[in-house]
Amino acid sequence: MPFPAEGHFFARTGNTKPAAHELRTFREKPDAYPLPGKIWHGVCWLSPYLLKSPRMQSCSSAIPPGGVQPSDRLERPGLEDWYRRAGKLAPWFGWTAALSFAAAVCLVFAAAPTESIRGEHHRIAFIHGPATWISVLLYLLTTGSAAFGLITRQRLSSMLASALAPTGAMFAFVALWTVSLWGKPVWGVWWIWDAHLSSELLLLFLFLGFIALREAIDDNSRADRATGVLGLAGLVALPVLHVSVRWWTSHQGLTFPYLRITAGSGVTGFVTMMTMSVSLACYALAAALTRLRVVILERERNATWVSREQLP
Amino acid sequence: MNWNSWSAFWAMGGDGVYVWGAYLVALIVAATEIGILALSRRAILAHLGRFVRIRPATGTNAGGNSR
Repeated sequence: MPFPAEGHFFARTGNTKPAAHELRTFREKPDAYPLPGKIWHGVCWLSPYLLKSPRMQSCSSAIPPGGVQPSDRLERPGLEDWYRRAGKLAPWFGWTAALSFAAAVCLVFAAAPTESIRGEHHRIAFIHGPATWISVLLYLLTTGSAAFGLITRQRLSSMLASALAPTGAMFAFVALWTVSLWGKPVWGVWWIWDAHLSSELLLLFLFLGFIALREAIDDNSRADRATGVLGLAGLVALPVLHVSVRWWTSHQGLTFPYLRITAGSGVTGFVTMMTMSVSLACYALAAALTRLRVVILERERNATWVSREQLP
Repeated sequence: MNWNSWSAFWAMGGDGVYVWGAYLVALIVAATEIGILALSRRAILAHLGRFVRIRPATGTNAGGNSR
């Protein structure tokens, strides 16, 4: 005669198969749960890995070699982790950008055919289009992360915004420069007040205003708040800008989609456009991550992990 | 290939100034940004190095205000 509780104990160790009525939790009978339950279980299981730092060793929350001093500030461990992550990711994005830019230049000058009617200047469009797209994308990311930093008070988010803004301004400048060089042989002038050109110029000024506001305020938390408010306003402004471009274009006539039709037609044009876009996006990410490291060091220069002898 | 000779390639059908101007300036701007990034990183590391020499090895917060 076995001990009365034996079956109950051994069901957990696997020696005896548990009875059906003993299977209750998701882990024991996942098939009995509906799909939303499964998804929710997955989210709950992953959430500590997504939210927390996976590594507590050599974190800023670890005890320093000489013991914790009264003058040590208590710091959250996130920024050191992101400093390391950015340092690991940036070279990958940088090399991807370099290789795909070489491939894209080969495609632009060797694979893309000569336009029989309009000549060779359509090859400018292969860098103008991607630069414009990436500048708008960077504007969305900059304003979005600044606004997110304002709402959630995550300093990393505001730091990311200030790291993205100069790269965005650089892409807006490249887009304006290339479209000016494209417009000279096509329109005969360097600049017209076309809807797309004007909105790209406005985008450059928005980036410059963002950087100027950031740099004009010495106190970092106040600068975060100010740029966050500017980011919220900028997020509202972007759809208005988009709609105004469409309305303006429909009134004035299609001057600019000419460029898109010329350059992006055909499989070769599409592949070239996409390769250049991937290259510029990887470059933007690499530059922004590298600048994020510098920004973290500048703003966390009093943190314990920064003041160590051996910086990661 | 679209071109028969190098001179035709550089001339770019009469639009060489515009095409090469666009691509060269894009490259120059990118190189400038990379250079500025390298310089700023070197500057902040030198700045932090001076602070590290002032501070004791225990990681206390001597030097600099704590904003």
